[in-house]
Amino acid sequence: MIRDITIGQYYPAKSLLHRLDPRVKLVSTLLYLISLFLFKSISGYLVATIFLVSIIRLSKVPLSYIVKGLKPIVMLLMITVLFNLFLTREGEVLVHVWIFTVTEGGLRTAVFMAIRLIYLIIGSSLMTFTTTPNELTDGLEELLKPLSKLRVPVHEVAMMMSIALRFIPILLEETDKIMKAQIARGADLESGNMIQRARNMIPILVPLFVSAFRRANDLAMAMEARCYHGGEGRTKMKPLHYRGRDYVTYVVVICYVVAVFVIGRYLPLHVWIF
Amino acid sequence: MDIIKTEHLVYEYEKRDEEGNVIGVSRAIDGVDVDVTPGQFVAVLGHNGSGKSTFAKHLNAILVPTEGTVWVDGKNTRDPGELLPVRQTAGMVFQNPDNQIIGTVVEEDVGFGPENLGVPTEDIWKRVEESLKAVGMLEYRHHSPNKLSGGQKQRVAIAGVVAMEPKCIVLDEPTAMLDPSGRKEVLRTLKKLREKKKVTVILITHYMEEVIDADKIYVMDHGHVVMEGTPREIFSQVDTLKKYRLDVPQVTILADELKKRGLEIPDGILRKEELVEALCRLN
Repeated sequence: MIRDITIGQYYPAKSLLHRLDPRVKLVSTLLYLISLFLFKSISGYLVATIFLVSIIRLSKVPLSYIVKGLKPIVMLLMITVLFNLFLTREGEVLVHVWIFTVTEGGLRTAVFMAIRLIYLIIGSSLMTFTTTPNELTDGLEELLKPLSKLRVPVHEVAMMMSIALRFIPILLEETDKIMKAQIARGADLESGNMIQRARNMIPILVPLFVSAFRRANDLAMAMEARCYHGGEGRTKMKPLHYRGRDYVTYVVVICYVVAVFVIGRYLPLHVWIF
Repeated sequence: MDIIKTEHLVYEYEKRDEEGNVIGVSRAIDGVDVDVTPGQFVAVLGHNGSGKSTFAKHLNAILVPTEGTVWVDGKNTRDPGELLPVRQTAGMVFQNPDNQIIGTVVEEDVGFGPENLGVPTEDIWKRVEESLKAVGMLEYRHHSPNKLSGGQKQRVAIAGVVAMEPKCIVLDEPTAMLDPSGRKEVLRTLKKLREKKKVTVILITHYMEEVIDADKIYVMDHGHVVMEGTPREIFSQVDTLKKYRLDVPQVTILADELKKRGLEIPDGILRKEELVEALCRLN
């Protein structure tokens, strides 16, 4: 069950998106995330949707896989939607039951917020689906290199990130195993209120942490044994070179941002209350 | 020249109580002398807590001796300037395959070592391909290590070491966490590496079946080397081996028992076929 979480995982496939330079993907993702906050009108959402759908198509990552990645944020999504729905008092009242009031403005913000959140997650997880953590960290390292002049440990941070990503599935598997082991010993993880349930998680978290530290120790030793000594004097197996398609991608993404901005602002589209 | 030589190796670690005060010193290794010539297959046997893993970590300069000296290809592991050359000469494979794979794709993991050594990019690719081929994992180069079996993961880990082109590979209980088929996979890979690449192999283990082919065996107990010799010499002393809590192969035990009951069977039977032959010759 817990292993179903796909967010942040690489999905191996051969697509244009997989072949792009990670720097391009990082910068484009950032631009895409910003672009989602540049418009308020339904026309902007249309452009963003078309862009997102074509990217998903290009990535060759199955839609079901992407949707699975949304599971962990369902809770967050619900909370956001409910708060926006009931607490925004703006415009005409649509429904009024007991103490709950839904206004036009509330419904609008709730729907838009939900779409924005979903697009944010899909957009950023598409990057991790199509980029191996190593590429990702290489890209980050290259992009942030100027910061190392200011003594920011860029290489180290990048390395830590890639290792964290590598260990996500292993630790999830371990959590699963520990949960089963504790259930077999009579641990009750399902019943009780929130606080009780949180307390019941302790017998899972303690062994998980212990084993994580042990793994970290082993890994550090294995890395040292393979001559790891920081970023100095290190060569790359897959050095980054911009190619034609990378420049084209930059242009396309910038065009998209401009389009979303212009269309979202100056060509508003109104359907009912949206 | 010996590829690995230790002279009166001693390693002590401090025992601490809960507040971190030193309450005593414990000797994990106590005066070990070992020499390994290039191309040899040397096995170190020992029960849990015999100090064999601690010993292995000295060969790669992960641990530095408290007393005595370790030379790897003539380089003293104590010398900080020789750290990287030592680690490149004696590559190390650990017990848990999950905790030693750094990359998220098989080929990236194999490339990790050469990257650290500063090998030029084209050469890294060549080495990665060659070492994956050497362990028979080339077709898995684009796979995620998480989806591989234990034996396959361990072979990837071996490839990661082979890619650094070491003269010597030290394996610290590489089969302890594997199922029997995974164990066979790893042993077959090691045999192939020995034959094709002529690397020195030092295998730390407590499975005696794995060391039948060894050129030399050291048996460790409580930080000492208690037995030393060829497999035949070692395996002929069944009672002593049992005293050191080692699992003697069934054939050897059977042969030993038969001999005690008065049958004329030679000492140190290692393989089923040998026992069959010896029994047939009785009539």
